[in-house]
Amino acid sequence: MTTVIADATTVFVRQWLPSWRSPAGLLFGMLQPLLFLVFFGPLLGGVDGLAAGGAADSWAWFVPGVLVMLALFGTTATGYGLLTEMQTGSLERLLVTPLNRTAMLVGRTLNDVATLLAQALLIVLVVLPFGVRPHPLGLLVALLLLAALGVGVGALSHALAIACRAHHETFYAIQSSLLFPLLFLSGLMLPLDMGPGWMQTVGRWNPLTHVVDALRAVFVGRYDTGLLGVGALSALALAVVGLALGTRAMRRASG
Amino acid sequence: MIRARGLSKRFTSKGHVVEAVTDLDLDVEEGELVAFLGPNGAGKSTTLRMLATLLPPTAGSATVAGHDVVREPAQVRRRIGWIGQGSGAGHYHQVRDEVVLQGRAYGLSWREARRRADELLAALDLDGLARRMVGTLSGGQRRRLDIVMGLVHAPPLLFLDEPSTGLDPHNRARLWEHVLGVRERFGTTLLLTTHYLEEADAMAERVVIIDHGRVIADDAPARLKAELAGDRIVVDLADHVGVAAAQAAAAHLPGAHDLVARGTTVSLRVPRGSEVLPGFLRRLDEDGVAVRSAEVVRPTLDDVFLSQTGRSLRDGSAAPQPASEAEVLV
Repeated sequence: MTTVIADATTVFVRQWLPSWRSPAGLLFGMLQPLLFLVFFGPLLGGVDGLAAGGAADSWAWFVPGVLVMLALFGTTATGYGLLTEMQTGSLERLLVTPLNRTAMLVGRTLNDVATLLAQALLIVLVVLPFGVRPHPLGLLVALLLLAALGVGVGALSHALAIACRAHHETFYAIQSSLLFPLLFLSGLMLPLDMGPGWMQTVGRWNPLTHVVDALRAVFVGRYDTGLLGVGALSALALAVVGLALGTRAMRRASG
Repeated sequence: MIRARGLSKRFTSKGHVVEAVTDLDLDVEEGELVAFLGPNGAGKSTTLRMLATLLPPTAGSATVAGHDVVREPAQVRRRIGWIGQGSGAGHYHQVRDEVVLQGRAYGLSWREARRRADELLAALDLDGLARRMVGTLSGGQRRRLDIVMGLVHAPPLLFLDEPSTGLDPHNRARLWEHVLGVRERFGTTLLLTTHYLEEADAMAERVVIIDHGRVIADDAPARLKAELAGDRIVVDLADHVGVAAAQAAAAHLPGAHDLVARGTTVSLRVPRGSEVLPGFLRRLDEDGVAVRSAEVVRPTLDDVFLSQTGRSLRDGSAAPQPASEAEVLV
């Protein structure tokens, strides 16, 4: 177990170093969520029910959605880095070292989480001047939920990358064709209640819906609604499934 | 250092079964420098990957650095260094970071990993590039960085898969200087693959020639060439008249084979060609055959490959060399 932790730390540090050396790289993965924040967020001020108590209310509703968008646009693509490393020979070089195979996946996924949380904090800092005041404890809980989501999405992205190692295009084809349905069927952009019944039904099966609902509740300091429990379970379930598939894929990566 | 018995690897892709390596036996002693030589697809890299725990063998067994590659891969990995065909360092990483982290991957302390990184980067003339991004290095620099990373834990055995492919002659020479320097300093056992004949000939003490997944020859390059190919004597005659007499004389030389006449040129293979040549020329003189020129051509490893497979390594083609019966007389 100590080897797994030590090895995962080594892998995490290796993955994190490029961001540490040039932090501007963190902005790269958050371009689309930022664009949505700047060009879509203001429109929500005009949506009945979202801006009942003024524009700040609609921001408090939308920002948790943007945080989940970070995972959707950024973390889902993390496997591409692994694909590149399979192509160049870096992964092969690492597979010959005694690094624990589970740790190789966990360390990479921890970097996805760290990246996601750093980007989330940046978003929160950006919206503070606009009067958005997340509940302090709620923000902490939101980041924990986001971390669990990051583990699940990151590990699944790595598993997908390894599955697509013979045909790189497949990775992007699958990732980008899942991206927008997941985005629209989670109520990230607009409440699903506004849509037809089928969208609401499908949306209930999307774990992201529950994660973003929980995020929205804790953001305004509400822990009593049951949304937190369902959201936390959804995020944790995703993390467990992701880690199981991811570590299995990584153990088979060398063959 | 390495002991493989009956090592085999079979790949199945889209219904086709490919026998990449078949029943390979190999023993490599500590301190040896062994080169796997063979055409593309011969099974060199597959063998290396099985020995380095990257591929599980379909059949057979191998012990590397005292441990079984299938049952104790982690023990094997601790004791081997690997320089693969690709570039091992991440392109968005800084040079020194990658070396230090490689040390950490082998369980060195941070302090020890940093010390080894600085020492090895200096030894391979990369110390000025420690803060550079790997993606900005030249091909030769990247290859030397791969060597640094392969040596960070001072392994007793180093695998190099096509280490010099894609490098220009200058960088290839420089790389070899470093590889041989490493061996001298650390006593590392080296097992490498190459499809450069000259490289295997000049650098390796022992060449294992592989074709279609099987070992077809295994010895010191000089012995392989002497025993499996032999020198070639080529004489050019003044006119066509003497060709028949020259062929008759050549056929009587002890151990002569591959006797070929083309125009006024007669050539043959014979052991110790330079000792045989003076007597052969005297005999031609006695027979009244006028010789315009004569030379002894030393065999290459390509001649060895040709003698064992009927194909040339150089052109990489699978087709046997055409040889009409009129030309091959003995």
